[in-house]
Amino acid sequence: MYVAVKGGERAIDNAHAFLAEERRGDPAVPELSVAQIREQMTLAVNRVMAEGSLYDPDLAALAIKQARGDLIEAIFLIRAYRTTLPRFGASRPVDTGAMACERRISATFKDAPGGQVLGPTFDYTHRLLDFKLLAEGEAPVAPTAAPRRELTPHITEFLNKDGMIEVEVQSDVTPPDLTREPMELPADRALRLQSLTRGDEGFLLGLAYSTQRGYARNHAFVGELRIGTCSVEMEIPELGFAVEIGELTLTECETVNQFKGTKTEPAQFTRGYGLVFGQTERKAIAMALVDRALRWKELGEDDSGAPAQDEEFVLMHADNIQATGFLEHIKLPHYVDFQSELELVRKLRASAADALREAAE
Amino acid sequence: MTDPTDPTERKGWLGLLAKAPPATLAALWEGAPDHEVLRAPETGAVMVQGRMGGTGAPFNLGEMTVTRCSVRLPSGEVGHGYVQGRDKDHARRVALIDALMQGPGAADLRARVLEPLALAAARKAEDRAAKAAATRVEFFTLVRGED
Repeated sequence: MYVAVKGGERAIDNAHAFLAEERRGDPAVPELSVAQIREQMTLAVNRVMAEGSLYDPDLAALAIKQARGDLIEAIFLIRAYRTTLPRFGASRPVDTGAMACERRISATFKDAPGGQVLGPTFDYTHRLLDFKLLAEGEAPVAPTAAPRRELTPHITEFLNKDGMIEVEVQSDVTPPDLTREPMELPADRALRLQSLTRGDEGFLLGLAYSTQRGYARNHAFVGELRIGTCSVEMEIPELGFAVEIGELTLTECETVNQFKGTKTEPAQFTRGYGLVFGQTERKAIAMALVDRALRWKELGEDDSGAPAQDEEFVLMHADNIQATGFLEHIKLPHYVDFQSELELVRKLRASAADALREAAE
Repeated sequence: MTDPTDPTERKGWLGLLAKAPPATLAALWEGAPDHEVLRAPETGAVMVQGRMGGTGAPFNLGEMTVTRCSVRLPSGEVGHGYVQGRDKDHARRVALIDALMQGPGAADLRARVLEPLALAAARKAEDRAAKAAATRVEFFTLVRGED
């Protein structure tokens, strides 16, 4: 039960003024610009766009500044903002096969056509603090080589040719949208993927890791991980044809998983899929592993009771804004609730004390 | 001479203009022709879709900000701008150029605006691709010392 209590107004105003001063920090240190966050804290910006479920680097950078670097708070700001936008429509599905890849690796095929392209990665760095970054230096320049002009084919295509891997069902069915209709379970794969791509990176990482440690083990290989830009095309009603309206950086992960086969289907590899806004590869890999674990039913696998197989558990707890909203609300005034609990505990203690006294007599 | 009313042509310039950095387009074209505003610039969201496994059934990936605007020139041509982001001037500029591209000024606009934009976009893409290419792994096998 909640009862409106007045009297906090001045305290709240002053708390927000204190927050603003703390956000700025030491005025002797130059103020951080939104453009600096966008350009130099890019991976934080990407995470806020992915989990905020709105691709707009400037707004994500602004949200990070406003939230003092608290990324879940920044995601909350973006989620709130997006509810104010009118929906113009849906894009055509992005063609990741036409991605201009800046990074593209496969853990399964060394000599994949298109090559192993490392891109701007933390992999193979020594994870030693670089004290040179303490000082302002010249902007580094990356070396170049003759650029690839052809499209980079998806690696699963090669396995497809031999029937060694399941084929994705072709369809153009309009997918369900959890931002329009409340999510209902059981969810189909389209709804699960929408929920996972905007889900909390840490939560998905933990679940994906649990599948690797043996909870719903399905032994995933990263068939392909690619990061790059894709054009977004949208049907414009006034024009009567589709035009490109922009360009996004995306991370795509396709896993190749063991599948023993069933009575009707021969043994072949199955797939898990991750696609996330921005350069967000940890999230994309985790998404692919969790997607694959959640597919146990359609693949006729056993329910081992693992958390990553439990659709209700995964989908209802993956959203960090829902989670933080419910978690953090318990710090807000619950005086009346607590008062009644207090009364109850006092009564219980009193009756227990009476019972003790009676027993002693 | 290309036909400015050809939809494939129009699709091409609208995509090029939408993807151009707003500041680059503003620097290339400062026109302010008379026009009637059919739809004032407004910002909204477009739900971006992906496909399962890259090739399968569609799913909703998340939204992107988009700004749109529609204009009509006194000579009757209607132009539309749909651009990524929240830059209203950019959307209006794209709508105006789209309308002008359907009139007698098309060749001039193509040379002064579209071609430089296409060149800049190609250069940028090539520059990123060249940096990526330098990170391509060239495997070589070490000869083993046995036999």
